[in-house]
Amino acid sequence: MAKPSPNDRKYTKEHEWAKPNGDGTVTMGITDHAQELLTDVVYVELPEIGRKAKQMQPIAVVESVKSVSDIFAPVSGEVTEVNKSLEATPELVNKDAFGEGWIAKIKMDDPSELDGLMAAESYEEYVKANPH
Amino acid sequence: MKRTPLYDRHVALGATMTEFGGWAMPVQYSSVIDEHKNTRTLAGLFDVCHMGELIVRGPQALDLLQWVMSRDLANQKIDEMKLSAITNEKGGIIDDVTVYKRGNDQYMVVTNAATKDGDLQWILKARQQKGFSGAEVEDVSDEMGKIDIQGPVAQTILSEIVEGELSALPFYHAMDTRVAGMPALVSRSGYTGEDGFEVYATISRIVEIWDLLLRVGDPHGIKPAGLGARDTLRLEAGMMLFGHEMCQTVTPYEVVYGWITDLDKDFIGRDALKKQKEDGVRRKLVGFELIDRGIARHGYPVFAGGEKIGEVTSGTFSPTLGKAIGLAFVPVRLKEPGTELEVEIRSQRVKARVVSLPFYKRKK
Repeated sequence: MAKPSPNDRKYTKEHEWAKPNGDGTVTMGITDHAQELLTDVVYVELPEIGRKAKQMQPIAVVESVKSVSDIFAPVSGEVTEVNKSLEATPELVNKDAFGEGWIAKIKMDDPSELDGLMAAESYEEYVKANPH
Repeated sequence: MKRTPLYDRHVALGATMTEFGGWAMPVQYSSVIDEHKNTRTLAGLFDVCHMGELIVRGPQALDLLQWVMSRDLANQKIDEMKLSAITNEKGGIIDDVTVYKRGNDQYMVVTNAATKDGDLQWILKARQQKGFSGAEVEDVSDEMGKIDIQGPVAQTILSEIVEGELSALPFYHAMDTRVAGMPALVSRSGYTGEDGFEVYATISRIVEIWDLLLRVGDPHGIKPAGLGARDTLRLEAGMMLFGHEMCQTVTPYEVVYGWITDLDKDFIGRDALKKQKEDGVRRKLVGFELIDRGIARHGYPVFAGGEKIGEVTSGTFSPTLGKAIGLAFVPVRLKEPGTELEVEIRSQRVKARVVSLPFYKRKK
């Protein structure tokens, strides 16, 4: 069973999360449900710092043994930081998708984009309705 | 999509299912890496009922097989098993198969799932053209099931439910026996690079054998393993997969099948292959590992000196070695281990290096 989705962040239909840091940036990653579907994350292609992200456009790539999956930016903005530890230990995404397995930080162009994303409860209902 | 008799078992075990060669097959039960490592260290159980089995029998059975197989089977002994290619007139590979000699004038040819119907048509056509009416070909794939048990403790587990002395069975040999009291054919062989066995029995009893192997194997650490682990295991062992490394425009000499091509006997494709051997091949399948970060996948372009020179045929993350490995066709001048190549991954070229095969060899 997937770990519960924390209430301190918003969720996309593509199973990314975005957690506001209070300084105009969000930290983003993929949900525990997403890592369960992927299993065995063996490689994460991180974006370059300074890259301009557009909401729901591909920003990173996560690979399991069998599959290659695009990860979408939950908000538009500029990448300010990436989780370098995923280069050596991509399995952090499996172990702690909501924490140590974060992927990038994005300085938001338009914080109101977050309003269009799902709260934890809606996301969990969405996952129940769309298990795959 | 066709289903094997074990379909319900896979679903009950929570497997992710996929289409493979027209069959609904399990990709993974828990995780590819777990199933892979469990097979390398203990034992993995594989449903391979999708594979094809053709019986060739009669006084001209050997004549027919000699004509369609690249391998010389003249000296094959009863209970011996041989890997062979079926090649077309140009020497291209139609399938790679194992041939079991079951008795005088009786053979079983085990084919890949997606190629079975084509193989059968090809062999029947060859039979007609050569007038080998003394050879009968029967497709028994629908009646015969197959389970592979692979790994260091496979023999310990299978011994508990097999009649006869498994330890006396040499590599690439088969024995007629009983498994769980049911008639079965067991060979010491497989597709993982580990010690292990392929078990053939009537399709109606396969579920019982599967359940029993999981039960008696449980204390020894057996786990079911899906096609995902089967693919990473075979790739580490340097084994090829039809449809990836091989197709009808690839010859045995271009891949690693020169050793199963016997030009001293006549067979379909021999003349073309003889000429290719004399002239030398222009491209060759090689193993590579990535030096830079990333994972190379089937179909990714391969570059050398800024020029596109080939394609990745299979690529994955190797659970045993902890790095990205793959197979690719390269011009023959670039085949030596140590040669640097580049693989293009999502428009970025990353460094790779040719390495000798296999990537993984088990300690005896």
